[in-house]
Amino acid sequence: MSPILKTEKLRVEFSSREFHQATKVALHGLDLEVNAGEIFGFLGPNGAGKTTTMNVLLGFVQPTGGTAYLFGIDVRQPVARQRIGYLPEMTYYYKFLTAEELLRFYAKIFGLPRAEADKRIDTLLKLVELESASKRPIKSYSKGMQQRVGLAQALINNPDLLILDEPTSGLDPLGRMKVREIIQRLKNEGKTVFFSSHELGEVETICDRVAIIHQGELKTVGSVTEIMGQHPNLEKAFLNIIGYQPQTAP
Amino acid sequence: MKNIFAVAGIVIKELYRRKDFYVLFIVTILICVVMASVNIFDDKQIIRYLKELSLLLIWISSLVIAITTTARQIPAEKENRTLLPLLAKPLSRTELILGKFFGCWFACGLALICFYVFFGALAASREHHWPLLNYFQAAFLHWIMLGVVVAIALLGSLVFAAPSSNSTICFVVVAGILFVGKYLDRVALSLSEPGRSIAYSIYYAIPHLEFFDMRNLIIHDWPLISWNYFGLDVLYALAYTAFFLIAACLVFRRKTVN
Repeated sequence: MSPILKTEKLRVEFSSREFHQATKVALHGLDLEVNAGEIFGFLGPNGAGKTTTMNVLLGFVQPTGGTAYLFGIDVRQPVARQRIGYLPEMTYYYKFLTAEELLRFYAKIFGLPRAEADKRIDTLLKLVELESASKRPIKSYSKGMQQRVGLAQALINNPDLLILDEPTSGLDPLGRMKVREIIQRLKNEGKTVFFSSHELGEVETICDRVAIIHQGELKTVGSVTEIMGQHPNLEKAFLNIIGYQPQTAP
Repeated sequence: MKNIFAVAGIVIKELYRRKDFYVLFIVTILICVVMASVNIFDDKQIIRYLKELSLLLIWISSLVIAITTTARQIPAEKENRTLLPLLAKPLSRTELILGKFFGCWFACGLALICFYVFFGALAASREHHWPLLNYFQAAFLHWIMLGVVVAIALLGSLVFAAPSSNSTICFVVVAGILFVGKYLDRVALSLSEPGRSIAYSIYYAIPHLEFFDMRNLIIHDWPLISWNYFGLDVLYALAYTAFFLIAACLVFRRKTVN
C-alpha cells in the first residue's frame, strides 16, 4: 500500500531576524509515512515541530530541504490539497459570514457544483449540530461552536485525508467528546486522519499509529501498543521517549 | 477564475457588511446637499463650485475606500488567522492576490456608481441636463485609476506589516503623485546633476494618476476626450496595475504565512 502522506528528509530552518542570533532548525530531516484509512497521532512537546510539519504539508512554509507529498503530489502544488481537509489549532473564520455562507465559499473553491454543495452543507451542519445556528454570523458563536464550524469546513470536500492541529484544544469535555466521535465516525467511513494533540489519553483511545517528535527529530513511530511497550500508559511512554527525568523534591 | 471570483465575492460582501462605505457615502451626501441648498452671493455660476467641491469629495472618499479596504485585506487575514484554512484549500497564492485585487476594485466600482448617480442627480436638479457620456468618461477613468491605487495598496500590504502604516504611505504616495507628479519634469529642469536625473527617473517611473482626473469634463461641460486617448489612458493604467500585481504575487509567493 502506498502512503497518502509522505515526507522525505524534510528540513526546515527559520533564519533569525536578530543580527547576532543563529538560524533555528525546526525540522531535522523528518521521514514520515501515513497510510490510507488510519488515524495517525502526531505527538511532541511544545516547539517540537508538529505545527511546522503540518505547515509544510499545507504549503504555508517552504521546506529548506527534503520533500513532502500528499497523494503522491508535491505539496508545493495547490492541487495536492484537493483531497484534504484541514482544521487549524485555533479556529478563526470570517466573522461577518454565517456558517452556511462560509461553507458555500469553501465549496466554491473546491469547485463543488451548486446542488452537491447544498447537500453537503446540510449534511455537515447536521453532523456538527449547527443547523439551528447556520444563518447567524460566526461572530456570535461560542468557542465550541466555532471549532465545530472549523470541522465542517475541513470536511466540505469530503476529503480522504484530514489534517487536524490539536482539534480538541481549549474545548470543554463535552466538546472534546463530540470531536472524538466525529473523528471515529470518519475512520469508520475509511478516511485517514493525521492529527496532533497533547491529550495523550485521547490519542491512546483513538489512534492506530503514533509518531513522537522532539526538537525537530522523529523519535519513534509505531502502533500505540508498540510505543507503550512496558509502560502502563502512553503518557509514561511519551515522557520516557523524549527523555524527561522527573525531579525529586529536595 | 472561479477561485479568483469566489475570493472577490467575499471581499465585496465584507465591504457592504461593514459601516465604512455607508458612513463616507452619507457624509458626502450631507455635505453636497447642504452646499446645494445655499446660494452664496446670488452667483449664477455657483453650480460649478458645487460640482467642483462635490467631485473633490467623491475623489477623496473613493481613495479612502480603495486604500483602507485594500490595505487591510492580507494583514487582516494573517492577524485573524483566516489565511490558514483558506490556503489549505486548492487555492494558489496568485489566485488569492488576484481575488483580493478584483474584490477591492469591483467594490470601489460599486461605491463609485453610488457616488456618481447621486452626484448626477444633484447636478441635474440644478442644471436640468445630464451629459451621460461625459459622466461615463469621467467615472470610468476614475475607476480605472482606482485599479492602480488598489494594486499599489495590495503590494504595500505585503511589504509593510501594519495596515495603518501601509495606508498612510499609500495616501502620501497617491497624493504626492496627484499633486506633485505632473510638475516633476519642471522641477528636474531647475536641478543640477545628479538631482536632475533622479527627478526625471521618478517622473517617468511613477504612474501619472492625474491623467485620469476628468472632473473638468463634468464641471465645465467640456467636450469629450478622443476615444483613442481614452483607450490609451486605459491601457496605461492596466500596464501599471499589472506591474504592481506581478510584484505583489512575487513578494507573496514564498512568504511564510503561519
